Amino acid sequence: MKILIIGAASAIAKATARIYAEQGNDLFLLGRNEEALNGIADDLKVRGASSIGLACLDLTKSAQHESSIQQAIDEMDGLDIALICHGSLPNQEKAEVDFKLAKKEIDTNGLSVISLLTVLSEKLSQRKCGTIAVITSVAGDRGRQPNFVYGAAKSLVSTYLQGLRGKLRADQVHVIDIRPGLVDSPMTAHMEKGALWSSPERIASKIVQSIAKKKHTVYAPGYWRAIMFVVRLIPEVVFKRLKF
Amino acid sequence: MEVHGWGRYPVTSAEILAPTDAASLNKLLSAKQHNSAIPRGAGRSYGDSSLSSRLLSSRFFDNFSELNTESMTVRCGSGISLNDILKICIPQGLFLPVLPGTKFVSVGGAIAADVHGKNHHLDGSFCDHLESFRIMLASGELLHCSRSENQDLFHGTCGGMGLTGMVVDATLKLINIKSTSISQQSLVAKNLQESFELLNNSDASKYSVAWLDCLSSGDSLGRSIIYLGEHGKERGKEQEEKLERDQHEILKHRAGRSLSIPFSTPSLLLNKYTMKAFNNTYYTFKVKEKAELNVNYDRYFFPLDGVKNWNRLYGGKGFLQYQFVLPTESAQPGIEKVLEKITSAGKGSFLSVLKKFGEANSNLLSFPKEGFTLTLDFKREKSLFPLLDELDEIVCEHAGRLYLAKDARMSAETFKSGYSKWEEFVELKNKYDPKNVFSSLQSDRIGLTD
Ligand SMILES: Cc1cc2nc3c(=O)[nH]c(=O)nc-3n(C[C@H](O)[C@H](O)[C@H](O)COP(=O)(O)OP(=O)(O)OC[C@H]3O[C@@H](n4cnc5c(N)ncnc54)[C@H](O)[C@@H]3O)c2cc1C
Ligand SMILES: NC(=O)c1ccc[n+]([C@@H]2O[C@H](COP(=O)([O-])OP(=O)(O)OC[C@H]3O[C@@H](n4cnc5c(N)ncnc54)[C@H](OP(=O)(O)O)[C@@H]3O)[C@@H](O)[C@H]2O)c1
Repeated sequence: MKILIIGAASAIAKATARIYAEQGNDLFLLGRNEEALNGIADDLKVRGASSIGLACLDLTKSAQHESSIQQAIDEMDGLDIALICHGSLPNQEKAEVDFKLAKKEIDTNGLSVISLLTVLSEKLSQRKCGTIAVITSVAGDRGRQPNFVYGAAKSLVSTYLQGLRGKLRADQVHVIDIRPGLVDSPMTAHMEKGALWSSPERIASKIVQSIAKKKHTVYAPGYWRAIMFVVRLIPEVVFKRLKF
Repeated sequence: MEVHGWGRYPVTSAEILAPTDAASLNKLLSAKQHNSAIPRGAGRSYGDSSLSSRLLSSRFFDNFSELNTESMTVRCGSGISLNDILKICIPQGLFLPVLPGTKFVSVGGAIAADVHGKNHHLDGSFCDHLESFRIMLASGELLHCSRSENQDLFHGTCGGMGLTGMVVDATLKLINIKSTSISQQSLVAKNLQESFELLNNSDASKYSVAWLDCLSSGDSLGRSIIYLGEHGKERGKEQEEKLERDQHEILKHRAGRSLSIPFSTPSLLLNKYTMKAFNNTYYTFKVKEKAELNVNYDRYFFPLDGVKNWNRLYGGKGFLQYQFVLPTESAQPGIEKVLEKITSAGKGSFLSVLKKFGEANSNLLSFPKEGFTLTLDFKREKSLFPLLDELDEIVCEHAGRLYLAKDARMSAETFKSGYSKWEEFVELKNKYDPKNVFSSLQSDRIGLTD
């Protein structure tokens, strides 16, 4: 398979790319840190990828999305799976009082993804096959006090994906929304870890499985589906008093 | 966060920092507050070697850089596990020259403890096959070390328990193999004398190890089963495929039954009687096993890795492993004394392993030296500590030393009596880390830092 990984230096992306590399697939990496991407490319080569390409790009620069994705398709000579992984976890307190910061975070987690999806939909519809998988978050399921800027950006993407899924059905392009819970990655390095936390490797194997099984909305690990079901059920009068 | 080693004792609270690359490690080290810190790999050392108030985890130093099948070397990050390396080497007919009893250790941890395998008598320890590494010092400087470059730091870091700095990546030599199977021969030794004789007569075998029944006493004190191993010979394609199928079946079968210990079991389960029963059954069962057998490398080298989290078997209080080496001349009488002391104290060790070591290398704190090494483990209980102190005395009297990677309690005196180059190590530390930024609970206790 020919697989494009966007935000390829993310811990979850890296773990996922490794599984695909071990299976001997062709991979193309897109991300902003050249040194990190080169290191990952070498690693994936050793682990068995049959070919590796990469391009460096700040993903908020949507003007360059078309050319980078086209480069990936040209170099791999096709595209079967596109996985969007980049993201950033803002400081909520600062983002609430500083619109410039909030906008930047919504750009990174929301709008840049919509731009990528626009390009990917077009390319894959033409080819009449393929899968688009996007990592959003359980944070998008309901706006909560500690992270609603991030949550709003993620739910923007989730809502968009719901519509896009229907739209692309006719062209046999499959769309998956992957919603991880708490993951022990550099993004959450500053947070105290407990029982609900999972490793990037665990999320990665869930992603690979879900793509193979053509799932729609995936909670990773699966128990987050139940947790978020309950969280969504809490009546607003109670919920607005909760600080978690 | 609460952290501990594989023995689940001691437990301490620590901040875990996980740099993603050399630059972010540099940033952490040059941060203003000069707290001490110690590298942390896979946490498979038993005691407090990788414990301190700040841990520098190597988990994100997990990239391979190159597998060179011509020069037979692999270059990779220090957080890569030996299991990861085996996975990529074996399809190329390559293998690691030295393997400890678990494949889940990191390259950094294997260098820092200069780990040994069942072939020490022929091939030496892990760092004897290490070509070079890059290490970040407390100052944030990144140095390349090998036998010809920054030699002093090379020999101090190999076996140096993370005290010289954090290894970022390394280049390791590999060996050729023709088959993934090990042809295993098992021999039965009726007592300690025979165990030593059989090990001494097995010098030509690539791998050798004796599993001792440490609860037997009297005439059968020190009885054991000795496992010798050789890498399998090249086979025809058909034979290789059959073996592959068989191994697949075995693995499938084992996966179905393989145990995982999800939480700490009440330590009562491991009292003297259950252990005696275990050692008896193990001994009688194994004796009946076919004397010659082709086994998968995984089963030969890592029998314990089949049970996930087996360290929880000892209950919430954890356990201590006790491993020492005695020089050839004093090994048998010394080990006899140790075994007698343990049996008379009514303490038992779940697993007891005897190995023969070849010559020591020139690293300052590496554990192996010519002689015999015995490994024991004990449930942690109050009465254990005085017994271990008595064992320390026997070890020191017989010119032996304890393995730092297993230790959680030895005194500074015991350490200094066993490791004659400790002062040289302190000098080296003064040169590369004068402020003792790199220090662990263990290094403070045994007087290397404070
Ligand atoms: C079941 C089992 C069987 C074992 N069998 C054997 C055996 O047969 N032979 C043997 O020799 N040992 C054996 N061991 C011990 C084990 O190999 C060592 O303790 C090894 O050091 C563990 O590596 P780790 O990655 O888990 O390191 P940790 O336990 O995390 O750390 C161990 C030491 O390495 C240092 N360290 C870790 N990473 C780095 C780094 N990147 N740079 C610098 N220093 C670093 C730490 O500071 C610490 O001092 C066994 C352990 C277990 C659990
Ligand atoms: N960790 C969690 O608990 C958690 C939970 C739910 C969902 N998620 C989501 O999972 C995904 C992966 O995150 P992770 O946990 O693997 O964290 P991570 O390792 O911190 O990865 C985030 C990646 O996004 C990249 N990135 C951010 N902004 C970018 C930009 N403008 N251009 C290019 N790349 C950019 C970062 O690049 P640099 O390396 O250059 O900084 C980094 O590689 C994210 O979408 C995240 O929101 C994570």
